[in-house]
Amino acid sequence: MPSLLKRGADLANARIQLDKLQSLDTDLIPHFGEKLKTSGLLPLKPTGVDILQINMGKMCNQICKHCHVDAGPDRKEIMTRETLQQCLDALDNSGIKTVDLTGGAPEMNPEFRWFVEEVRKRGVHVMNRCNLTIVLANPKYNDLPLFFKEHQVEVISSMPHYTSGMTDRQRGNGVFDKSIRALQMLNEIGYGKEGSDLKLNLVYNPAGAFLPGDQNSLEMEFKNRLKKDFNIEFNQLFCITNMPISRFLEYLIESDNYEDYMKTLVDAYNPTAAAGVMCRSLVSVGWDGKLYDCDFNQMLDMELKENINHISKFDVEKIKERTILINQHCYGCTAGAGSSCGGETA
Amino acid sequence: MADSTYYKPEDLGKFGSITEMNKELGDKFFEYYGKVFEEGALTAREKSLMALAVSHAVQCPYCIDAYTNDGLKRGITETEMMEAVHVAGAIRGGASLVHGVQMMNIIKKKTM
Ligand code: SF4
Ligand code: SF4
Repeated sequence: MPSLLKRGADLANARIQLDKLQSLDTDLIPHFGEKLKTSGLLPLKPTGVDILQINMGKMCNQICKHCHVDAGPDRKEIMTRETLQQCLDALDNSGIKTVDLTGGAPEMNPEFRWFVEEVRKRGVHVMNRCNLTIVLANPKYNDLPLFFKEHQVEVISSMPHYTSGMTDRQRGNGVFDKSIRALQMLNEIGYGKEGSDLKLNLVYNPAGAFLPGDQNSLEMEFKNRLKKDFNIEFNQLFCITNMPISRFLEYLIESDNYEDYMKTLVDAYNPTAAAGVMCRSLVSVGWDGKLYDCDFNQMLDMELKENINHISKFDVEKIKERTILINQHCYGCTAGAGSSCGGETA
Repeated sequence: MADSTYYKPEDLGKFGSITEMNKELGDKFFEYYGKVFEEGALTAREKSLMALAVSHAVQCPYCIDAYTNDGLKRGITETEMMEAVHVAGAIRGGASLVHGVQMMNIIKKKTM
């Protein structure tokens, strides 16, 4: 199925998503700000800016059902070299030591390799959110594992399950087998192996309208099964809760799970997780250079206020002083053990 | 009252409130319940599948709801869950069927 945008679906519009998020009775789903207030976290303020998360474009070789970016082969938005250069300038001026590359498939940005090389020249750590299948999508990507190794890139890859059924239903037919092959390629050159510096972390997010279970237990289960069935090793498993936005929101509404899912998120609100939400320690750059509190706010067009809303005006001190913009989707970050791009937060 | 039923899904969430009418026994039950499902000689995952099977054997819609969701959260596959339900089905079916021996005993005794 094409992206929401290509289909002309209402939910492609961020305003309509926000209206939907705010449409539920506040007796059932209290304002997120009210909840934060009870934890003494309102207004929500950063604790620092440790990570620059860069969305290199919405183009992707996959078209996953739950994608919060509404990414896919039909999306043409791609970060230009000029904007990437502004990201490098921001790194030079701020002392930020980690970049987190995401998309879409970041590797589909024609400037991807140049950019990674430039970031690494600066001694900055690179995390790359690789969907795995990209490695096999086209011969020109087959050497990506070697490129990652050469530049000591940390690879973070999605794997909703260690069996094909659940994985393919969420991510598309054949994705599981290709992901397994790509993981084996990464293992073969040393990624994810005990004692190796080449880090290979997996991201688990539920294939449906339920919350992820305990991260440690799931990690153990994934490690046992992937080793036994495919001789695959990896470092850590990060559990991520699906956010009620974009295509996952569409799925929730169409499957009549929306209200129950929001209720589940609210019931599982955890103040410790709230204190650790990732927007407190990162800032997110959109494909067009606009700045946001996180990748989710980016998809909802909730950009930072005018004097700090673009990478070309990057001022880390002002960004540290900002007030983080919140809305009802934020409940996705505070449920249970919490959820961030690095997994649990509590 | 036309749309009311004996079982309401939202009542599952109110299970904890049974302590209202007898706090001591209610608390003791939940403490015991919590302990039973901790990791032990059996893993919490194994216990979750056993609970799912037993839920079907006792036909408790609340427990079926709770342990299907628990299984999903734990990454238990639908194949594993369905096998557990078949275990319940086999034991229940077997429990009926094994009494056929009693029936046959009587038949054999009473007939020529
Ligand atoms: S979830 Fe990731 S891999 Fe899937 S379509 Fe979205 S960006 Fe692509
Ligand atoms: S959705 Fe973004 S802004 Fe909201 S809590 Fe999560 S990381 Fe923070």
